[in-house]
Amino acid sequence: MLEYTEKIREISKQLLKDCKVDMVIGFRKGTIPMMNEPTFIKSANEVGQLVWDSNCGINLANYLTNRKENIGIIAKGCDSRNICVHLVENKIKREQLHIIGVPCKGMIDKRKIAALFEKEILKVEENGEKIVVEGDGTVKVFEKKDVLQENCAICIHRNPVIYDDLVGDLVEEQKDVDRYEDVRKIEAMAPDQKWSHFDDLLKDCIRCYACRNACPLCYCPTCFVDESRPQWVGKSIDPTDTRTFHFLRAYHCAGRCTDCGACERACPVGIKVRTFTKKLEKDVKELFNFEAGLDPDVRPPLDVYKTQDPEDFIK
Amino acid sequence: MQNPYLPYPVRISEIITETEDKNLKTFKYVFINPEDEEKFDYKAGQFAELSIAGKGEIPIGIASSPVEKGFLKFTVNKVGLVSTHLHNMKVGDVMGIRGPLGTWYPWDTMEGKNVVIIGGGFAFTTLRSSIVYMLANRDRFKEIHVIYGARTPGMLLYVDELKEWEKRDDIHMHITVDATDDPDWKYNKGFVPTITDQKAPHGNDDTYAIICGPPIMIKFTQPVLEKLNYAHDHIIMSLENRMKCGIGICGHCNIGRHFVCKDGPVFTLNQLNNMPREY
Amino acid sequence: MYTRHKILRILSNNDKIDREKPFFKKTYKGQRTIHLAKIEADGMKVLKIKKEDWAKGLEKIGESCRLLGPLKDGEFHNFKELGRGELPDFNFQNTRLSPKSIVYPQSEKMFDYTLDQNDPDHDILKEAEKNYSSQVVMGIRPCDAKAFSLVKLNFDSPEYKDIYWLKRFESTTLVGLACHNPCSSCFCTSAGTGPFHSEALDMLLVQEQDRFLAQILTEKGEALAKIAGWTIEAGSNAQEQITTMKESAEGRITSFISGENLKNKSAMEIYEEPYWEDVSFSCINCGTCTYLCPTCWCFDVQDETCGNCGIRIRNWDSCMYPLFSLHGSGHNPRGQKLQRVRQRFMHKLKYFLDKYDEGIQCVGCGRCVRYCPVNIDIRRVCELMNRSEACPVTI
Repeated sequence: MLEYTEKIREISKQLLKDCKVDMVIGFRKGTIPMMNEPTFIKSANEVGQLVWDSNCGINLANYLTNRKENIGIIAKGCDSRNICVHLVENKIKREQLHIIGVPCKGMIDKRKIAALFEKEILKVEENGEKIVVEGDGTVKVFEKKDVLQENCAICIHRNPVIYDDLVGDLVEEQKDVDRYEDVRKIEAMAPDQKWSHFDDLLKDCIRCYACRNACPLCYCPTCFVDESRPQWVGKSIDPTDTRTFHFLRAYHCAGRCTDCGACERACPVGIKVRTFTKKLEKDVKELFNFEAGLDPDVRPPLDVYKTQDPEDFIK
Repeated sequence: MQNPYLPYPVRISEIITETEDKNLKTFKYVFINPEDEEKFDYKAGQFAELSIAGKGEIPIGIASSPVEKGFLKFTVNKVGLVSTHLHNMKVGDVMGIRGPLGTWYPWDTMEGKNVVIIGGGFAFTTLRSSIVYMLANRDRFKEIHVIYGARTPGMLLYVDELKEWEKRDDIHMHITVDATDDPDWKYNKGFVPTITDQKAPHGNDDTYAIICGPPIMIKFTQPVLEKLNYAHDHIIMSLENRMKCGIGICGHCNIGRHFVCKDGPVFTLNQLNNMPREY
Repeated sequence: MYTRHKILRILSNNDKIDREKPFFKKTYKGQRTIHLAKIEADGMKVLKIKKEDWAKGLEKIGESCRLLGPLKDGEFHNFKELGRGELPDFNFQNTRLSPKSIVYPQSEKMFDYTLDQNDPDHDILKEAEKNYSSQVVMGIRPCDAKAFSLVKLNFDSPEYKDIYWLKRFESTTLVGLACHNPCSSCFCTSAGTGPFHSEALDMLLVQEQDRFLAQILTEKGEALAKIAGWTIEAGSNAQEQITTMKESAEGRITSFISGENLKNKSAMEIYEEPYWEDVSFSCINCGTCTYLCPTCWCFDVQDETCGNCGIRIRNWDSCMYPLFSLHGSGHNPRGQKLQRVRQRFMHKLKYFLDKYDEGIQCVGCGRCVRYCPVNIDIRRVCELMNRSEACPVTI
């Protein structure tokens, strides 16, 4: 995907020169391996900063909420779906956006790679479909498909669903992907097994809210954890409060989550936050046959009532 | 080591609703342990943390004056969780007070000088403390002017005391309201900056102005004082900021290298000019 | 808890200076440090601890104190309480979370209260029972230890002493583990500390093939060694060996910050500089940097009630959250992201420096650099803040 960089720069330069947009939001090269930093470019002669590679997992749609400018936004599959959700939810207007679509083959998982090394990773380079990693005094080469982020490995919407420009040819969508294997494993557990599974999952949570803040859907002016009248959730690391935060956040994202993985990526202690959102995604798919963010003109199921909505759970 | 987070237990002995919208109440407290009152040795301008078990703490300027013994008075605006609960409390209820906290108005510097007090709305609390203090030590100060305004007559605090002070001849009171249709209103009408322009004495080395009020009032009063030749180190202000510990440790009220709770809340305009506008 | 060496000669790495007079010398990258090269024998003892004595010593210590050390849990190390016979795992570069929670827990009970009106003490806060029993932290890195002395400046002021932090700090013995292989994101040497730095430590362990060399730095360290039964002194050239290893470790640091102009530029000047929009754009205002940072200390106080009884607790808080500076009136002086991001860096690299004149509020551990979800790099921001002439925003 490195070849996309040139095209991104070209398109951005033209947009800025023609004053079609006030700024372009994309990535610039990070200061440590496997990270890139979201940035904004306001002038055509600065587009050289923009890069694109397999470390662009952050969801740039997070930076669009409530902005008033005309923005050129670089969006891969999941990002573009979140842009659709933003459009449905009135967080930004379509006319403001010039979407530079990126057909995506997946982002690499920095944690997965770090776990394969004892000490620090010093350098990571991409070479076609191979990832070359230097660390522990050796150099190891991986197939990109073996070190993808978990959400990327099971992604079925790699192409942007809405765009004004494409930086490359559309890629083939993955077929016959079982998106909910992990969810079913947990569903099959006995209740006390599930309880200890979740307890174990959340034991390291430090309530930093990186997951919430990295998520483009979490834009409430005052999040429910910050409300004081009444106070719904305590602010300590008490396990009950931590569970409440994670479960409730997943519910607030139900029917809207595009599984972009930004939450899991952001977590400093490596909690698999997607465990909760995946379950709700599965429920929404099964109950309402709905996937979030595919069409900016369709409202999510928890937002509309249809007479044929399932009601067998209402006793 | 003494625990600086532990409040003194107090009991509410009186509650007065000050304003017509009922959002401001003055609470009078007595210490449950009499020896705590001696420890609570405060000066006009300081604040204290009112602590309600189960709700939290709020930093409120001390409205009573150090010369008034046996009780403490605080005037509290109903804005949030703790203040709303406080407004629903009754005489006889128990709570806690931590303090006295913060810096006080520079009484030593102002000794023998003219003092102009400018207050707006419900920020007048520590100014009441100051006026009572000065009147009790009248010979230590020269001319005293007080310019105090609120939106309407019903929103003025300590109305009975204001009337008493107005009758005195050793203090110049300039009470004002933004607007009123009360035909019996005998005082001024106009915003505080306007009345300041009309009534305040000129600034000089011997004159200090203490301003306490909402940001908008301060924004428009400051140029008036500058026009009247008040130097920035003769303009004294009391800041507000979000606080939690009140003792300069938790970091919430940090501005620049200062903590509003510990290095303030009293600052001169000179000091504020060198601090970021994050208050 | 500060080191009490007799400083007889101070040498800096690169410069020739008057060897008779000790003084503070700026390192080649601009931060003040004291380099301790050679200490006379009566100033510091060095012990040698063989592997078998190590385990035995830990057992003995564990009989009278809580023992904490780094343990691998999942994919990374963190400080945990060691069970009987459990050895700390020193096969790490640094822990994911800083050890500040050992002295300053993330959630700490301050008071108890009852709302039961039949109780004579209803609505009155009572001091919570605390356990300040001795604890020994084995294997803290020098950067994290120095962080304690920076944080202490906040919790221990002449007017107010934070009883919880101070009591726990006093009951803690810090045994450091020198870094032989610093990370590529560590910039400790230009942040006032270093891989073998001894500030705030009671003992510094230097790991060798089959043994530890242990520098005894304070009386607490001496007492600990006695309890553990570590009594064998290392040879007379041990200190020299340590110095050689120290210089070699310092030579492996590849990351530096420049801070020589931070003191001289005025705070308002840096505050008004134009790059803050660029720096703060990507920030998502989570609390990761502040929670992982060993020198960040802000906290929030909350009351939690269940039925008729309750507790007042304090929890870590972060200046990154909009709620941090929100007034009751609804006014928020730092309502914009840029203001909050700027506040964090200004506080760490400028306000703290001005207030205490003890260097910046950063020890170069690199955690914020490695774990910021959007790769905001404090080294880059420091570079921007340190510039002495107007520069274009992009670098």
